[in-house]
Amino acid sequence: MSNPSTTAIIASGCHITPSGCGFPAPGLNSFNFKPIFSIGSFDFTKPMLLALICMLLVVGFFWAAFRKPKLVPGKLQLVGEIGYNFIARNIAREVIGKKGDKFVPFLTSIFFFVWLMNIMSIIPLAQFPVASRFAYPVALALLVWITYMYLTFKTHGFAGGWKHLTYMEGLPKPLVPLIVFLEFLQNVITRPFTLAVRLWANMFAGHMLIVMFSVATWYLLTPSIMAAFSGASFVLAIGMTAFEVLIQFLQAYIFTLLASLYISGALEESH
Amino acid sequence: MSAAFEIAAAATGVKGNLGAVAYGLAAIGPGVGIGLVFGHSIEAMARQPEAMPIIRQNMFLGFALCEVLALLGLVVPFIFSA
Repeated sequence: MSNPSTTAIIASGCHITPSGCGFPAPGLNSFNFKPIFSIGSFDFTKPMLLALICMLLVVGFFWAAFRKPKLVPGKLQLVGEIGYNFIARNIAREVIGKKGDKFVPFLTSIFFFVWLMNIMSIIPLAQFPVASRFAYPVALALLVWITYMYLTFKTHGFAGGWKHLTYMEGLPKPLVPLIVFLEFLQNVITRPFTLAVRLWANMFAGHMLIVMFSVATWYLLTPSIMAAFSGASFVLAIGMTAFEVLIQFLQAYIFTLLASLYISGALEESH
Repeated sequence: MSAAFEIAAAATGVKGNLGAVAYGLAAIGPGVGIGLVFGHSIEAMARQPEAMPIIRQNMFLGFALCEVLALLGLVVPFIFSA
């Protein structure tokens, strides 16, 4: 289950002195795992396990919190309501307005699922952000994209929907084909792509940073005064972990914010 | 792409991966952009603290749109190396 490259580095005892081996820079191999078990050609890997755990945690927590809702909330229900109200007030109500109330459950599940998947990056033993495998953010972005498209065509009809997606009022005539093309690219292709890439690349880079400084800590550890560099690297690894906590929350928030922005764009009257 | 890199490396005597330099160049624009977004947002918050929630929300929106440019620069080598 553990990471092949990291275990190889620890087992080899690679230090800068006296063996003088080169720095085993972490690369893409930090993101590939040996399958835990295989069914035919289907490999069950650690990111899948973590995604399943996150899904069970989100579903389990909200089920436990709101299974028997009381007027005076208990502890668990209170925490659940704080989380739900955070999304309802700060994102849904502010971005979409009153029409956003029925999308709050969707946005809440997306936010907490993404946040938990990101937090897995710093939980001991897990220590892998699920979203740094591209397929997971792509699946989430597809979900948002399908919702966006469905709402656009439901609100404006087929022709109106296409007009809403591609056309702007008050343009000079010669510019129309160019703007239609650019708007189509922007709304239909770039939006879901950047939504997925943003989450993926942030988690990828963050995990790489932490691995980088952790490996450097081990690599620079020598029985001499040079061990101070190892200590500095260790402090940086801890600092990067603290920074990642912020980034993880921020990325989950931004993902949900953009999802609600697209939904509000689909719902608004054509202008 | 690698041929161009080799020619450039031979002409300048630079060794190593020029992709890293390219990413450094690609990060300039988003860096300036993110600085502008946060700078102006903080200025706006200082002027009108009562509008802080709406400013903060738009700040993160602008930040996300700028940031994705730098992240695309990070992604491009993986696309072109395939």
